Parts: sequence; C-alpha cells; structure tokens
Amino acid sequence: MRFPFRLLALLLILAVVLYPLVWMVGTSLKSPQEIVNNIGLVPREFTPSNFSEGWTKFDVSFGRFFLNSALVSLLTVAGNTISCLLAAYALGRLRFRLRGFWFALMIGTLLLPGHVLIIPQYILFRSLGWVGGDWPYLPLLVPQFLATEAFFVFLIVQFMRGIPRELDEAAVIDGASPYSIFRHVILPLSRPALVTTAIFSFIWTWNDFFRQLVFLSELKDYTAPVALTLFIDSSSESAVGPMFAMSLLSLIPVFLFFVAFQRLLVEGINTSGLKG
Amino acid sequence: MTASTLTPAPVAPAAPQPGRRARRRRENLAGYVFLSPWLLGLLGITAVPMLISLYLSFTDYSPLIPLTEANWIGLDNYRRMFTADQSYWHAVQVTVTFAVVAVPLKLACALAVALLLNRTMRGISVFRGLFYLPSLLGGSVALAIVWVSMFNRDGAFNSFLALFGIEGLPWVNDPDWALSTLILLAVWQFGAPMVIFLAGLKQVPSELYEAASVDGASPWRKFVHITLPMLSPVIFFNLVLETINGFQGFTAAFVLSNGTGGPVDSTLMYTLNLWIAGFVDLNMGYASAMAWVFLIVIGAITVLLFNTGRFWVHYSDNEER
Repeated sequence: MRFPFRLLALLLILAVVLYPLVWMVGTSLKSPQEIVNNIGLVPREFTPSNFSEGWTKFDVSFGRFFLNSALVSLLTVAGNTISCLLAAYALGRLRFRLRGFWFALMIGTLLLPGHVLIIPQYILFRSLGWVGGDWPYLPLLVPQFLATEAFFVFLIVQFMRGIPRELDEAAVIDGASPYSIFRHVILPLSRPALVTTAIFSFIWTWNDFFRQLVFLSELKDYTAPVALTLFIDSSSESAVGPMFAMSLLSLIPVFLFFVAFQRLLVEGINTSGLKG
Repeated sequence: MTASTLTPAPVAPAAPQPGRRARRRRENLAGYVFLSPWLLGLLGITAVPMLISLYLSFTDYSPLIPLTEANWIGLDNYRRMFTADQSYWHAVQVTVTFAVVAVPLKLACALAVALLLNRTMRGISVFRGLFYLPSLLGGSVALAIVWVSMFNRDGAFNSFLALFGIEGLPWVNDPDWALSTLILLAVWQFGAPMVIFLAGLKQVPSELYEAASVDGASPWRKFVHITLPMLSPVIFFNLVLETINGFQGFTAAFVLSNGTGGPVDSTLMYTLNLWIAGFVDLNMGYASAMAWVFLIVIGAITVLLFNTGRFWVHYSDNEER
C-alpha cells in the first residue's frame, strides 16, 4: 500500500511548513515569562494585552500604520490595473509603428532589478519634493500609475492574446474605433486578468519593504512593514509578545486574500509564473 | 480625445483605399495614446534614472550636496569596489552562497512535494494551497521577524532540539549559522515553484509512463528518463526566476541584522550592502556603481542560464522555443 505512505509524508511536510505560522499565533498570546519558559504552542495563560500594547507601542499608533499600508496598497492596485491594462491593450492588440521595439523593451524591463534604480529614483523624487513632503506616497505611487510593473503588462498581454481576433474585426467592420473596441470588447473580456493583477498588486505592495523603507522618512507616514522594524530596534524581552501580535495582524489581510482567492492565486502563477 | 481632430476624415468616401489608410493611421495614433502612460514611465522612472545612475557611478555624489556639485572621479568607484573594498567582496560571497545553496534546495523541495501531490485524490487542492501559503507570506517583514525569533537562543527551533537533549546555539547571532537560517526561510517558500512544477507534471503524457511500464521500467528510471526531461522547460523556468530572485534577497537579511548585514557581515546580501552604501553611508556615487555591476552580473547570469539551457532543456517537437 503506497497510498497511506504518501498521505503520511504530505501530512508530515505540512506540519513542518505550517509550524512557524502556528507558533507565531501562539507566541503572540503569551506573556513575557511564558515566551521564555513555555515551549508548547498553546499559551497557558492567554495574554491579549500583547495586542493593545503593540498597537500603542510607538508615538504613532499601529492603526495609522495599517491605514497607511492600506492606502498605499489600494492606490497601487488602482494604478497597476489601469495603467498596465492600457499598455497591454496597445502592445497586445493594436498595430502601430515600432510596436515590436516597445514590446521588446517591456520584456527587457521585466528582469530589471528594482534595486538598480532606487538611488537615481530617490534623487529624482527628492528633488521634486516628493520624499517626506505633503504627499509622502507619491514616490511609491507615481511609478505604479505609469505601468512600470512589467509583470502585469506581460500578464495582461498574454491574456488578451487569447481573446479571438474576430471580435475586433467584426467591430471594425461595424465602424468601431480602437477606443470603442477597448471599451466594449477588450475591457469586459479582460476581467479575469485584471482581477489577478489587482490581487497580486495588493499582496506584493502590502508585503513590500524595500521601496517603503527608502522613500518614507517620517514616523506618521510609515507603513506597517517599516513600522514593524522599529520593534527590532527595541528588542527587549518584553517587546517580543507585542512584536508578534503586530506581525500577526499585518499578515491577516494577505491571509484573507489567500482564503478568498486561493484557486485564482494558484492559477495566476500557473499562467504567468508570477511569484507570490 | 484628440483622435478625431488629428485624423482627417476620408476625402473620397466611396474609395476603400483612403478609408483603410485612415483607419491604420487612427490605430497607430490609438496605439500611442494607450501606450503613453507606459512610455512616460519607461522614460521617467526607468530610462532617465538608469542614465543618472550611470553618471553617478563615476562621481562621488552624496545626497548632502546638490547633484551639480558632484565631482567626476572616473573609475575610482569601480576600482575601489574591485580592489580595495573588503566588505564588497564579502557581500558578493554571501550573495552567491545564498543563491547557490538556496535555489537548488528550494527547487528540489518544490519538485519532491509536487511529485507527492501529482495524484488525483481527495484534498489535493487543500494541500496545494497550504504549501503555497508560505510563498505569499514569506517575503514580508512580519514573517522575517517570526523566523529570526524562531532561531534565537530561546526560539522554537532550540526547544525542538531540546526534546532530543541537544543544546542549540543562538543561530541568528552566530556568524557561521546566520545565513543558513535565511536559506531555510527561502526554502520554506517552495510553494510557488511547486505549483508551477505541478502544472508541468500534468502536461506529461501518461502514455509515456504506460509504455515504460510495459517495458518493465522502475519508478526511478521513469523519473530520470521521462519526468525529468519532460519537465526540463519548467525546471529551467523556475531556475531562472528563482536565481534572479535569490540574488535580490533583502528583507530577511535586513530584519535579521537590523540593517547592518551582521553578525560579522555574515548576512550582508548584495542589495543590503548597496542600501547601506547609499542610504547609511550616503555614498550614492559608490552605490550607483554597485548597482550597475549588479545589473550587468544579473544580465550575464540570465544569458548564461539561457545558453546552458540549450544543452539540457528538452522542448517537445510541436512546441517552439
């Protein structure tokens, strides 16, 4: 019988894989003494005060940090879906001069590491007064409204190529312009690709750290990941519980997305090779 | 939009020729209208910053002075990087070690679990989803914090070792072990390549296995002679993707070392070193030089992978490269 062996192996691997997550939940509810002494996953005495303590640990409350993260993530979702959709329609469906050239450039930027551009972008945005200014999120958001996330352009192009050409041709015979074809044919049919783009945009931005670390300079503007690193600075024993509590809270939105869109996410990486 | 004003109305409505030309011109214009945000981004967010970065790499620019006052120092930054800067080479070594160990381990785990999951049985999709979960969460600061705590002196890992009477180390504070904990964190996120492997496995025609069974091939031989070759394009795809990502690891190293690359530079990943040079030491000229070398090396590795891929990646006849 090979079947039980397979199931057993899978369950064992699953236990190892999920252990850190379960441990995180348990630790976020333990008192400082228990964090050191209690090896078990379940706290003997539930300590929900970790959450209230973590929430107000710094001069700005974590509520603000989460709101900041939500604002940046949601606006990024809007920026990415709109701008990448427009670019993808041009590159995937329209015939225009130099299209092949632009398409090749888009593919080229696909593999361009973001770390390479961070310094000149910082200089550029700072000289425009965007870093730490009245609109502290401009450096994070403007690129997203200009379709710089080539992965999504590529994803939508790939999807649009699957939409039958006959639909456009029929519309052209009816006298439709490229704009009305976009509005009435391509846009409605591209919805699945847009949903995938929106979900991945949200998760990536919510989890992103590097750009937010570089471009956010004031505590009140910090997003959740940047704020979480403040706990590392004050890494006394008593801060571990609150640190875990806030870490746990920060993962909940992504986890909910996972629960709600699990199938779509898995299919999304299948069709495009996107990373989670 | 401006389309109607810029596109002249067809002069001779009856003749088909001008109509087609007008339509083509209209589509040409529409192409650029739709492409304009991307073009603006390509220019302002990518191309111009790249050129600025190239220029800066030949200067001693620091954000404390205006850009125009930066001194041209020729190849000094590159010279310093290649000949004088010990920690630079250390960072290269750390990054290469990380990628060379983590990527194959991660792909091996991904393939092994994908093979285990490649059955039609109840609950497979639940397993698949749960194995994929770490890939969604693992890149975050929150999970890096949890991971580092887990490998602390009184973390979960040492509690586990204590069950067997082994006294653990403070792994994340030990220069010999800190990078290993980061490698484990990367391997833990094997779910994303696993899902891609699973999709690839579904594409392998079952007749091949049936024919091999008729010939009395062992499961191992089937794996080596059918599964691996048929899966090689997917393995290749994952290899390229994971290698490029592996070289860019930043968050976990930052969290483990509180942004220093410690203990004793043992987690000084390339991108972390670049960030320190640019945003802690404020030596943006030098950091730009690092960025350009990074770009060239990543490009070279990608080209190299594609060239060696020719020798071992098997594409089916009906499938174009």
